[in-house]
Amino acid sequence: MELYEFTVHELIEKLDKKEITSSQITESYLKRIKEKEKDVQAFVTITEDSAKEKASEIDEKIKRGEKREKLEGIPIGLKDNLCTKGVKTTCSSKMLENFVSPYDATVIKKINEEKMISLGKLNMDEFAMGGSTEYSYFHPTHNPWNLNRVPGGSSGGSAAAVAANMVPWALGSDTGGSIRQPSSLCGVVGLKPTYGLVSRYGLVAFASSLDQIGPITKDVEDNAILLNIITGHDEKDTTSVKREKVDYTKSLVKDVNGLKIGLPKEFIGDGIDEEVKNALLETAKIYESLGAKVEECSLDIGKQALAVYYIIACAEASSNLGRFDGIRYGYRTEKFDNLREIYINSRTEGFGPEVKRRIILGTYVLSSGYYDAYYKKAQKVRTVIRNEYQRLFEKYDLILTPTSPTVAFGIGEKSNNPLQMYLADICTVPVNIAGLPGMSIPATVNSEGMPIGIQLVAKHFDEETIFRAAYTFEQKVKFREKYQPKFKN
Amino acid sequence: MQINDEEVLHIAKLARLKLKDDELENYKKNLQEILDFADTINHVNTDNIGETIGINENYNVFRKDEIHQENNREELLKNAPSQDEGMFRIPKVIN
Repeated sequence: MELYEFTVHELIEKLDKKEITSSQITESYLKRIKEKEKDVQAFVTITEDSAKEKASEIDEKIKRGEKREKLEGIPIGLKDNLCTKGVKTTCSSKMLENFVSPYDATVIKKINEEKMISLGKLNMDEFAMGGSTEYSYFHPTHNPWNLNRVPGGSSGGSAAAVAANMVPWALGSDTGGSIRQPSSLCGVVGLKPTYGLVSRYGLVAFASSLDQIGPITKDVEDNAILLNIITGHDEKDTTSVKREKVDYTKSLVKDVNGLKIGLPKEFIGDGIDEEVKNALLETAKIYESLGAKVEECSLDIGKQALAVYYIIACAEASSNLGRFDGIRYGYRTEKFDNLREIYINSRTEGFGPEVKRRIILGTYVLSSGYYDAYYKKAQKVRTVIRNEYQRLFEKYDLILTPTSPTVAFGIGEKSNNPLQMYLADICTVPVNIAGLPGMSIPATVNSEGMPIGIQLVAKHFDEETIFRAAYTFEQKVKFREKYQPKFKN
Repeated sequence: MQINDEEVLHIAKLARLKLKDDELENYKKNLQEILDFADTINHVNTDNIGETIGINENYNVFRKDEIHQENNREELLKNAPSQDEGMFRIPKVIN
């Protein structure tokens, strides 16, 4: 067995027993990247030299008899919208093609403090706007399970790299499903934490009231380990919340006895692929057999949530992306005679079509005459959606839905139909609207061998219940033991 | 609501974007489709419902007014497309 096939908690064990070194792990992943990157194209930047250098420094230190910290010497991959000092942060956009952040994002600071080793920056839809990673300025990423399919998005590079064993784990960001949907489509575990649990400082902003950083991992245990590292209040993000630090690995117990799970009937109805639906119902049965109480309920907010999402997310994006003006950083046009032309031409040449589409929609709903009808109304409906969840959580500990209505679709299949692409977010978007935590875990594969993920959603800051239920399920179905990506064409 | 060319061009101008003819056509169509879909929220009763502005209850987060030196000028200027004597350089705006 190659080292790149192990989970992080298995690697930690081997490091602790001194069976392996950090350099061996790092070399193993770099070798795997060399083999698979031409097919998967998960990366924007590979930091091979600095990774090797860091690994050998750590090995030297251990040879000297110094103690190794828990995650010291473990490699990681990073979505390319997380600011990394000294390494390009492009957001997969021409606008930031050569941008090198002068500071580290708070999550990057935390993983550096753990002395983890970055293998590089991972591909995404431009500025995280998309659900297929086809909107990357550089290249699309391919799904390791079938190279003609999309990996999902926007954290498609992160999910594909974890699925392909090109990184042991990765960080992504999720505004409307951008961690969970690619995790589902690539057969890995992805968590969007509660809004406010993880600092967004240094995450290039898309929609600030929805964005959240989270872990994408091979299994549930790794997910808890990585979440432990990145949580915490941060003075630099006023929406991050002051709470006592939780050790999520304590929730990794095989016990769902008495847990109350709601299964909203709207998420097993129209628009959900038959095989996805069956996988969900099978999951519900498994939970029942394990002692949980699964009950059908109603959560009729899918379409409204999607509408609210595209109004609020685009409004916030149009405002956040106002900073790209060709003056202080980012792309500047060569064609200008005055300041206004710098703004217009830099933005027109620097942003891709999907980003422009969303800026236009966002500007429209915020413009005078439409503000009340769209933006203000959407904010009110957002309250209604939150209340709906609250109502359900008075009765249930968890809500179980599909993560994505379909398995991974073909590259090019939806890229010319924005509304179709947006509809693919129907299961994940409501969770961001309400600021709740949600995790996608692989359940099974469909008749074509493509992974199907299911989503567990809990109350605000109740990631512990998600981990408990996800871990119990994972130990029962053993997805990773049964299925591995085949890289078929 | 029917969206016309002038409206899309006005919005693009506000957003500091220039649209080619085919882009204008395309974005007009997309915008129409998405707004038609978004109309579903008008069927939701929001009488006596407040707006959700942020998700958590944080309100007016204060910090001590202390000076921290975070980034230095040189480092910040490294990303500037054009700079001069420690400042961002732009074309002349006042004649």
